[in-house]
Amino acid sequence: MSGGAVAATAVEQQDIRSHPGGGATESKGVGTSKWTPYILLTPGFLWLALFFIIPTVMLLLFSLYSGSLDQGYSFEFPGNWSTYSAVWEYRAQFFRSFLFAGLSTFFCLALAYPLAYFIAFKSGKWKATLLVLVIAPFFTSFLIRTLAWKTILADDGPVVTFMNWAHITNVLALLHLTETDRVLNTPLSVVLGLTYNFLPFMVLPLYASLDRMDPRLVEAAQDLYSSPWTALRKVTWPLSLPGVVAGTLLTFIPAAGDYINAELLGTTKVSMIGNVIQDQFFVVTDYPTASALSFVLMLTILVLVFFYVRRAGTEELV
Amino acid sequence: MTTSQSGADLRIINTTKRFGDFVAVDDLTLTIPAGSFFALLGPSGCGKTTTLRMVAGLEEPTAGTILIGDEDVTWAKPYKRPVNTVFQSYALFPHLDIYENVAFGLRRRGVKDVKKTVEDMLALTELTGLAKRKPQQLSGGQQQRVALARALINQPAVLLLDEPLGALDLKLRRQMQLELKRIQTEVGLTFVHVTHDQEEAMTMADTIAVMNAGRVEQLGAPADLYENPSTTFVANFLGQSNFFDGIVTHRSGDYASVTVQGQNVSIPVSRVHTQGSSVHVGVRPEKLRIQYRDDAQVNDNDNRLEAVVSDSSFIGVSTQYLVDTAWGQELTVFAQNTHRDERLVPGAKVVVSWAPDHTFALDAAQDVDAGVEIDEDAATPDPVGATS
Repeated sequence: MSGGAVAATAVEQQDIRSHPGGGATESKGVGTSKWTPYILLTPGFLWLALFFIIPTVMLLLFSLYSGSLDQGYSFEFPGNWSTYSAVWEYRAQFFRSFLFAGLSTFFCLALAYPLAYFIAFKSGKWKATLLVLVIAPFFTSFLIRTLAWKTILADDGPVVTFMNWAHITNVLALLHLTETDRVLNTPLSVVLGLTYNFLPFMVLPLYASLDRMDPRLVEAAQDLYSSPWTALRKVTWPLSLPGVVAGTLLTFIPAAGDYINAELLGTTKVSMIGNVIQDQFFVVTDYPTASALSFVLMLTILVLVFFYVRRAGTEELV
Repeated sequence: MTTSQSGADLRIINTTKRFGDFVAVDDLTLTIPAGSFFALLGPSGCGKTTTLRMVAGLEEPTAGTILIGDEDVTWAKPYKRPVNTVFQSYALFPHLDIYENVAFGLRRRGVKDVKKTVEDMLALTELTGLAKRKPQQLSGGQQQRVALARALINQPAVLLLDEPLGALDLKLRRQMQLELKRIQTEVGLTFVHVTHDQEEAMTMADTIAVMNAGRVEQLGAPADLYENPSTTFVANFLGQSNFFDGIVTHRSGDYASVTVQGQNVSIPVSRVHTQGSSVHVGVRPEKLRIQYRDDAQVNDNDNRLEAVVSDSSFIGVSTQYLVDTAWGQELTVFAQNTHRDERLVPGAKVVVSWAPDHTFALDAAQDVDAGVEIDEDAATPDPVGATS
C-alpha cells in the first residue's frame, strides 16, 4: 500500500518535470558550488567572532588580572584566581537573581499562556491588532516603563492603598515578598517589574507555536473522550512546548542578568547579581572581580539552560 | 458511558443549522439504521459536513433532535457521545507515536490494559510494525488508516467519516474504498460517510442520501439512485444524463407515453416522478445504443431518435460520442469498445435507441442543469489519449 503511494507520487513529480515549459529549468549559474554555504556563513561568523567570542575570552582573561584602575592591571602567571572568591561572597545576590528570574518567568508564563492562546485561536480579525499591542510597550524606553512602576506601586497610590485595605500586603509580608504596608523596594516590586518588562518575550514565541497548531487537533481530542481541560493537558500543552521553552529562555536569561528593575524598584536589600557587577565595574572599578562575576553568571545560566532544554526534550517538535 | 451498542440507530429529526443568515442544514430528517454503511453525498456547501459535525457534537444545531438509539445526544458534549470521527485532514496527534494515537481514546476513558486492543486494531488496519513511528513519518494512506484505527478502537455506536479519502490520490483512494468496506463488514459498526465523490459513495455505501442546499434530495440504494433519480440534481450529480423536454400524453398500464419533438417515447409509470404533464425526459449516456443509420436494427419497443455524430472521443474502455438530434440538441453517448463501428465519425448519420425501462421523467419545473459540474474534484474521465 505504501509502495503504491510512493510510486504514485514519483509519477506525479516526473509529470511536473517533463511538462514542457513548466517547472524549473536546470539551475545554471545560481551559485550551487560547494563553497556557497561557507561564503554565506562568513559575515555572521565574523560578527560573532568579533563581538562575542573575542570579548568572552577577554572577559575570562581579565578576571585573572591583578592591580587597580590607578596602578594599571597586569597578568601574572598563573593568574589572580582570588577574584573568584567574590562569587562566594555574593552568593546571596546570585541566589536572589535566579530566584527572581525564576519567579518572574513563572508569572510571565501564567499571564502569557492564556493571552497567546486567545490571540492564536479566538481573536479572529483582531489578531494583528492584538499582536501590535503586545509589543507596543517597546515604543517607550525600558527605563521610563520601569520608572512608571514606581508611581504605580507608590506607598500612597491606589494599588498599595487597596492592598493594605484588603490585608494583601500583610499576607505577602508573611511570605517575605513585601513589607507590611508597602510594595515598593521589596522583592515583589522587583519581580513585578521583571515580569512586566519581559512579558512580550514570553507572549510572542508562545503565540507562534500555538498559532502553528491545527485547531482540529483539539476537536479530535474532544471526539476521543477528552474534556476541554484534558485536551489542553494532553494535546495543546505538549504541542506548545517549543514555544514554552523558547519563551522561558528569552525571559529567564535576561531577567537573571538584569539590574535596572532591582535598581529602580528595589533597595540594596533586594539587589541582584547584575547590580553587584554594575557596582564593581563603575563604582568600585574592580574590573577583574566584575569580570569574574560576569563570567560565572554566564556559565551558570549556560549550565541551567543546558539541563533545562535536555529535560524538556522538544527537539522533535521544533 | 454508552459504547459498543451496535444495535443503535442514528436518528436526526427536523434538524436545522444556521450560520447567521446562511442555512447550512434545513429541517433535515434522516434515520440511519444500525450496522449500515451510509453515505451523505453532495457538493461542497450542501450541509453534509455540518450534519456530521452536529452528530459528533462539534456543532450545536439551531433546532432539532439527534438520537443515538433512544438516547438524546442533541446537547451532549462531544466527549460524552458514543461517536467517533475520522477527520478529513486526519488530525493525528503529531507529538504521539502511532501506538499512542490509537490508544488515545481508550486511555481517556480510563481503560487499564490497552496493549492487546491496540495491537489487534493495528493488525486490522495493517499498521503492525509502524507502532513506534510518528504520524509525520507515514504516507498519506498509512495516516488515513491510523485515523481510522484511532476512531474504530473505541467501538463507537456510530463512526463518522468526513471525506476520509479526499487527500489521497486516485489509485490509493480506490484501494482504501475497498479496504474501508472490508473493515466495516468485519466490525459491523454503523458508518456514516460524508463525501462529494459520487463514485466513492456508490462503491462503498448501502444507502446514499444525496444532499443539496441543506436538504436531502433523494435517499436510496446506490443502484436505485443512479437508475431512477427523482430530481434533475440527482440525475446530474450522480453520473451524467441526457434530457429532452416532453409532454406526457397519456398514462395507461405500466407505461406512459411522452411526446418529444413530435416523436413518441415510452417510460415506465414508476419512473415518472411528477403528476404534471410537462417533463424532462432523462436517459443515461451509457444506456444509449448508437448505430449507423443505413443498417440500424432497433427493437420494436425501444425508443429511437435520428441524429448526426458531431464528435467522438476514444477513452480506452469506451468511446464517447456527441450527436446532434434533428432539432439541434446535443446528446452524449457512451459506447463500450466491444465492436467499434469505424463509420461512426463526425458527420455520420446515426440512430440512437434505448430501452423504455432506462428512461425516467422528472418535473419540468426543475432546473435541467442542477448538479452539473458542481465539483471540479469529482472524478472526471482522464483526458489522456482522447482523440477528436
